[in-house]
Amino acid sequence: MAKPKLKTGAQMVVDVLLSEGVDIAWGVTGGAILPVYDALYLNRDKIRLIDTRHEQGAVHMAEGYAKSTGKVGVCVVTSGPGATNIVTGLADAYMDSVPLVAITGQVPTSLIGTDGFQEADVVGITRSCTKHNYLVKSIQELPQIMRDAFFIARSGRPGPVLVDIPKDIAAASAEVEIPGKSSIPLSKFVPTPDMNEIDKMGELLKQAKRPLIYAGGGVINAGAAEDLYKFARKTNIPVTLTLMGLGSYPASDRQFIDMLGMHGSYRANMALTHCDLLIAIGSRFDDRVTGKLSEFSPHSKKIHIDVDPTSIGKNVRVDAHVLGDMRFILKELTKRAGSKDYDAWYDELDGWNHKHPLGYKQDPKGKTLPQFAIDEIFRITKGDAYVATEVGQHQMWAAQYYRFNKPRRWITSGGLGTMGFGFPAAIGVAFAHPNATVVDIAGDGSFQMTLQELAIVKQYDLNVKTIVINNKFMGMVKQWQDLFFDKRYAATSIPAQPDFVKLADAYGIKGLRAETPKETKEVLEEALTKKGPYLVDVAVDEEEHVYPMVPAGGAVKDIVLSKEHDRQKAMEERAKGPKKTTQIHL
Amino acid sequence: MRHTISVMVKNQSGVLSRVSNLFSARGYNIDSLVVGITDDPKVSRMTIVVKGDDRVIDQVEKQLNKLVDVIKVVDLTKDDFIGRDLALIKVKAEAHNRSQVMEIAQCFDGKIVDVALKSFIIEVTGKESKINAMVELLKNYGILEMVRTGEVAISRGKKVAEEAETKVKMKAGKAGQSNL
Repeated sequence: MAKPKLKTGAQMVVDVLLSEGVDIAWGVTGGAILPVYDALYLNRDKIRLIDTRHEQGAVHMAEGYAKSTGKVGVCVVTSGPGATNIVTGLADAYMDSVPLVAITGQVPTSLIGTDGFQEADVVGITRSCTKHNYLVKSIQELPQIMRDAFFIARSGRPGPVLVDIPKDIAAASAEVEIPGKSSIPLSKFVPTPDMNEIDKMGELLKQAKRPLIYAGGGVINAGAAEDLYKFARKTNIPVTLTLMGLGSYPASDRQFIDMLGMHGSYRANMALTHCDLLIAIGSRFDDRVTGKLSEFSPHSKKIHIDVDPTSIGKNVRVDAHVLGDMRFILKELTKRAGSKDYDAWYDELDGWNHKHPLGYKQDPKGKTLPQFAIDEIFRITKGDAYVATEVGQHQMWAAQYYRFNKPRRWITSGGLGTMGFGFPAAIGVAFAHPNATVVDIAGDGSFQMTLQELAIVKQYDLNVKTIVINNKFMGMVKQWQDLFFDKRYAATSIPAQPDFVKLADAYGIKGLRAETPKETKEVLEEALTKKGPYLVDVAVDEEEHVYPMVPAGGAVKDIVLSKEHDRQKAMEERAKGPKKTTQIHL
Repeated sequence: MRHTISVMVKNQSGVLSRVSNLFSARGYNIDSLVVGITDDPKVSRMTIVVKGDDRVIDQVEKQLNKLVDVIKVVDLTKDDFIGRDLALIKVKAEAHNRSQVMEIAQCFDGKIVDVALKSFIIEVTGKESKINAMVELLKNYGILEMVRTGEVAISRGKKVAEEAETKVKMKAGKAGQSNL
């Protein structure tokens, strides 16, 4: 065995990155990370290093890259404020199971614990928002830690891993072998499936008369969209998806009955409430889906396929569950399942859809409706673009009206709900797919949180189309204030805004504005079909609410279908008299 | 219900922080947490006493197992196990009641490890209930200071924690019926 070459810690880091197939990373430079950046510079023909305007931009770009490719996103930042600026992104990746490796510089080992310049206890700060994290204590352990970090990030349920590297260790030299594999076994992250439970599931499938597949982000993380499709088509069972699962089953397929949950369709929520077998695949019974737990899907048996044991029985008791590799489990389940007709069940579903379908009415002479703008984006891009969103009303409308047929096209922050995520995430997607059309559907509140990255769009001439759905409000919060706080608009109005067209121009990017429905059509047609970055400001009606809405902590029977419906319910409530307590779960 | 959980962890810095962080972040109630090395220098062992219903304990076990540094989690409560606590109690011992204090120490198999003019330090090990009982009695004489470790626990008989099934469906083991 040849002796390993003498290398710096920084070079060892780069060696592991290269052997993990990394060809791009994002970050902002700084004192503590200088040695690593220097090594990256020396390898710039193999790894592109994109320096962003803010570290938050860098980490969200890495997320967008990871979400749209399934590969591990890499971000490299300096110590102190550099590291603390990525905490939001790490927490976001943690909640949405995004594989990331974040490398942070740290003060030299001799200064740790002395309140040194730009020192922060990053491992302590990020302990609860990373899958795992490391403070490197010696150059000898550095290569194995880097190898392990990638393994942990992508194995089982993906997640962010942080490696904190003191400057002196990165600058030091040693002869250390770069290990070929991780020191942690795969079984730590992927359980072995219990075949008895799969048989049990097969039995339950046979007995069901109104089954429902409830699939989530886990299907996309497992790369199991095709297996889900085969399973659903063989069994003829209707499919509803969570926000994070959109695209894991083709929306144009007749078995798809829309997104479920707080802003899911009437049909999907009724199906959830009346099914007799709920098949949860890669979904986690989140509170935005379940609402009031005591009234959640009360007549159904529940089966759960997942890779993370902590998701089983956390919120909802299930009758059978299988942990393990989803592709394998779905294949086995498909073998045991038969094809049945559920004509009566589909008739019921069609009936509910007919009663309260998703929809809007755009008056050609009236204010532009946000739903119309988003529908136009869908139509013009033929449903084939990569669509990132920020957080709020526009996000919910995008989920309702942009119908995805493929996984990894829908790039949104679900679990943490991070405003300002979409724009840098779209940039990350554009780096991963330079020839695709990448759209960021943004609210005006969200966009102003990370718009400094417009510089990156310009610098690299990325095909990112940012469509600002502008109602001059924090729309979703305003909706809650309309419904629950008697229209007291505390901190939701955003009157002072930049002229987005002038702002685009200032960054050297094309800017367009639309004030009417007709202008909206024209402006979107140009922005979405012509090559190159665009910033589009679409003025929309601020009075629109997202419907349906199942109020937080409420049951599906509390669903509100429209403003008129809401007014009616409010009158009924008032007629009942004063309530003892007002419980608002936010 | 009270559960005594034994956790085998890699002996890495930060493991204790990680485990306690997990508990505080998710709002679980820790009664006590003891950690120490084992015969394998790479492995440490924690004994955690947690209060909660079945669902909470189920989540506690699974969340612990998820941590990269955790090797094995065993809920000892469901099986026969030995739990011991160690206490050092500095108790007032005036001239007129010194011998009574010494007698109490003897009854509980405690050792006097420090003698001063007006006080003793008694070292006692045993089940938590036994130590609680002794403390109650000694309160009558005046406890000046006290320190306890919290429970360490180990399963009875031949069954070794490493070999135990992770997600507990333990069979009722009747190995070695002594109740010391």
